[in-house]
Amino acid sequence: MSGNEISYAIIGFLIITGSLFSLISAIGLIRLPDIYTRSHAATKSSTLGIICVLTGSFIFFVIDQSYVSARLILGIIFVFLTAPVAGHLICRAAYRTNVPLWDKSVQDDLRHILKRDDYNHKSTEFE
Amino acid sequence: MSIQILLNLVIAVVWMFLTNTWDAVAFFKGYIIGLGLIFLLRRFIPETFYLRRVLAALNLITLFFKELVISSLIVVKQVLSPKLNIRPGIFALHTDLEGDWEITVLCLLITLTPGTLSLEVSPDNKVIYIHAMDIPDAESVVNDIKQTFEKAIMEVTR
Repeated sequence: MSGNEISYAIIGFLIITGSLFSLISAIGLIRLPDIYTRSHAATKSSTLGIICVLTGSFIFFVIDQSYVSARLILGIIFVFLTAPVAGHLICRAAYRTNVPLWDKSVQDDLRHILKRDDYNHKSTEFE
Repeated sequence: MSIQILLNLVIAVVWMFLTNTWDAVAFFKGYIIGLGLIFLLRRFIPETFYLRRVLAALNLITLFFKELVISSLIVVKQVLSPKLNIRPGIFALHTDLEGDWEITVLCLLITLTPGTLSLEVSPDNKVIYIHAMDIPDAESVVNDIKQTFEKAIMEVTR
């Protein structure tokens, strides 16, 4: 009986933390100044938020209904693997279409390298 | 590595064949015995004993989760702090890793590391350009962390 209560406490903790992380990453999307810093918030906190919620619901179905849902585990793995890649791709596309960095940015090593002819030539032949 | 796993599976099936019991327990026993045999005969097998690399892969997965939690907490701290004192920027990281798999895993790890996001991999796979949320304190620490990541990935692949 008490074991069940402990697991319900864990489930509640996981789901509330997950939704808090999602909320905070949404606030980060509004507050942060440019697309690159925004994608920091979007890739990290919201990934962890979704993973927490999915883990909580997985444990809930195991404890309460004694039903092991393999799809939730697969969902956790897929979100974990694809969210950072999506962040990387969106940032790369933004950079290549000359979306400016925030004016308070201090360093930009990529700009002059991207202008060099051989670099761009090589990367187009890659595609 | 894959040849050793295949060999181990064959030994497990041979064990089930020898004892003439066809269930998961017999398979498991055979697998353990095969693991012992491969460990004893590891001198004659071209690569290193594969259990070491499996353990290294598990180590890498725990590293992934640890970094994800830490980086989320750092993002939360920066979003909720009343004054936005971040200095973002892009810096280059020269990597010793080769091959598409190693580079991909390193980029994933960098993206999930506190305060960094991999922006672009150069066409010759030598340089990774990283967008950092807070450059001044990040760069030395991040380079340091990269060394541990690169080492952990090399443990798995070589």
